[in-house]
Amino acid sequence: MGGRDSRVSLPVYGGGAKEAAARRPDGSHVFLTTKFNHLIDKARKNSLWPFPFGTACCAIEFMSVMMSHYDLSRFGAEVVRFSPRQSDLLLVAGTVTDKMAPVMVRIYEQMAEPKYVISMGACACTGGFYRAYHVVQGIDEFVPVDVYVPGCPPTPEALLQGVMRLQEMIEGGETHYQLALTGRRPKGEAHGAA
Amino acid sequence: MAQREELLAAIQRGYPEGAGVAVLPGGDLPTLRVEKRVLLSLARRLKDDPALDFKLLSDVCGVDYPGREERFEVVYHLYSVTHGHRIRLQVPVQEDDASVPSVYGVWKAADWFEREAYDMFGIRFEGHPNLKRILCHPSFQGHALRKDYDPGQRWLLREGEQDQPAWASRRLEDEDHFETQVLNLGPSHPASHGTLRTVVRLDGEVITDAEAEIGYLHRCFEKMAEQHTWNQVIPFTDRLNYCSSMMNGVGYALAVEKMLGIEAPRRAQVIRLILSELSRIMDHLVDIGANLNDVGAMTPFLYMYKAREEIYSVLEACAGGRLTVSYVRIGGLANDTPAGFEDAVRYLLKRIPPLMADMEKLITQNLIFRQRTERVGAMSPADALDWGWTGPCLRACGVPYDVRKAQPYLGYEEYDFKIPVAHTGDTYARFLVRVEEVRQSLAIVEQALARLEPGAVITDNHLVALPAKEKVYTEMESLIWHFKWVMEGMKVPPGQVYGCTEGANGELGFYIVSDGGGKPYRIKVRPPCFAIFQAYPHMLKGHMVADSVAILASLNVIAGELDR
Repeated sequence: MGGRDSRVSLPVYGGGAKEAAARRPDGSHVFLTTKFNHLIDKARKNSLWPFPFGTACCAIEFMSVMMSHYDLSRFGAEVVRFSPRQSDLLLVAGTVTDKMAPVMVRIYEQMAEPKYVISMGACACTGGFYRAYHVVQGIDEFVPVDVYVPGCPPTPEALLQGVMRLQEMIEGGETHYQLALTGRRPKGEAHGAA
Repeated sequence: MAQREELLAAIQRGYPEGAGVAVLPGGDLPTLRVEKRVLLSLARRLKDDPALDFKLLSDVCGVDYPGREERFEVVYHLYSVTHGHRIRLQVPVQEDDASVPSVYGVWKAADWFEREAYDMFGIRFEGHPNLKRILCHPSFQGHALRKDYDPGQRWLLREGEQDQPAWASRRLEDEDHFETQVLNLGPSHPASHGTLRTVVRLDGEVITDAEAEIGYLHRCFEKMAEQHTWNQVIPFTDRLNYCSSMMNGVGYALAVEKMLGIEAPRRAQVIRLILSELSRIMDHLVDIGANLNDVGAMTPFLYMYKAREEIYSVLEACAGGRLTVSYVRIGGLANDTPAGFEDAVRYLLKRIPPLMADMEKLITQNLIFRQRTERVGAMSPADALDWGWTGPCLRACGVPYDVRKAQPYLGYEEYDFKIPVAHTGDTYARFLVRVEEVRQSLAIVEQALARLEPGAVITDNHLVALPAKEKVYTEMESLIWHFKWVMEGMKVPPGQVYGCTEGANGELGFYIVSDGGGKPYRIKVRPPCFAIFQAYPHMLKGHMVADSVAILASLNVIAGELDR
């Protein structure tokens, strides 16, 4: 579609079909057609409500991200909610121990759908340098993780990038929640592989 | 040393030869080997005798020596605020009869420390009112800090197996007409910063019973420290009190340097001091901000965080990390400060006071804030000491104990600063003390800048630190030292040491045992907020639920340090 007007661009679900636009003879848009889901996803990605499951050092860096200097609200995700019922992004910031894991699972289960998970920091991703008797070796033992943000703790910029990556994934329909809905597989995974 | 002899003689007067109390020679502290049959009577005497007056129980911990006939040792560290002396008691315990009398009746501070020793080593404390696991979860099997416990062995906790206080499931029969209920606060709660859990029983809105549950961030620091070399422990110490990570590393390095008998070069000491004080400011800022945020004032938190970001940028320039800096090395610092360091610190000295002034203008005389905090969570000085409180919380009760003055390190004795003290011991007093401490810390930093001279930042003792790279390339001897250091690692002579520094929320102690190897044999951290938080459930009784939030934030409980 050469000469596409980029001022109006709607999400492309699954990356397959391009948006369809009826045009006047001079090329200007008359109306756009899209799937309703795409429109919803576009809205969802720009109004993430994080549940800050902050347990350790990363929670302090998460505070930095929320504060005026880095300001996560520029990405539409400033409404931090401590009630799982009101939030759609579980942001696990910090080490999760075996004692804490049931609490995290419960909170994840209490969240209303659609829900996404960002794992912030080395501990949440892999257990970090705590190869130890009381530390969960990566929260993906218990909940499906959409974006892993590495670092110990990650810089605020890294977390911002993680949130932006999640937004891209939501728009592209690549999060675990969306994939489960459509029965598709994550990008890059061979179809039909044993 | 005369003082030491006097002290030991005074103790021994009541315990002649063969009475179960023996003085161990040498060591960094006067050390007594105490048989458990006399422990309780000795403890009472140490506390009540005015010549001894050990009112503060700093630490209780266990140590495992599998090779010995008496496998375990329970170690007590005591401090006298009035006389300024310290003592260590060692109580040997056999494996098949692993029990000692609890000293909870003497010092309340023993409460959680004894539970921790029980959790980690399986040593029973006879007479303890609530002896159960504290850091590990209830489904955990075995005792993690025993030497024969595999550090990677995990146990799964299911949801139904989580710990509940015994009283929470009991129905109260003799209630009045108010409805009572059990309310669970945490471990993921908007008002509990970090993973703290408190279970309270409510009569209407008044708390009648409370129990705090911790361990949700137990990251096995002490076990991990035993698996790593001396310098590798430093990144782990950063994650103890992560709000002021620099100070933990300094405390640890000072304790190990004490064992090695070395001192960091002058420049390294001054830089350590500057960054420690900046970290203290940073810690107080986030605590004040969080406290205000919890009682409903969001704006000051933004101001405080602005100042924090400015300090971060200095730390980042020095160490590369913003929060967890890992800047300290045993014997000095990882590298010298970057160009422009002094100017950056001077900028901070100008930048922080106006932000503090903004906050103070909004808060200090604010009626709402004062009504929320005055006479809320008040603690008497005697109780505070009994619970093992230190730091700003203790000073808010009127006890002027500060390790920087009592046992100066890093040359604090050369600096002119005051110890702010308040007398009401309530939440408002803790706020005031912290605000004033920020000012004092700024004054210390300003003086330290004047003392900053060029020089080496790490010791030239090649048994401790790597020689400079250019020397390795040009000198045969340095090359050999380099090779030996890398291949064999740093060794610390056998012995034990208790090093303490003034952390942001109190006396941060490191009790370190070395067997002469390349790894620590045992490291026990004495976390200041561990002692402070154990008093929290007792402070809550009679207060409203909303007060519990104001009290909790004013105690500055950092989960990383609390649970380790």
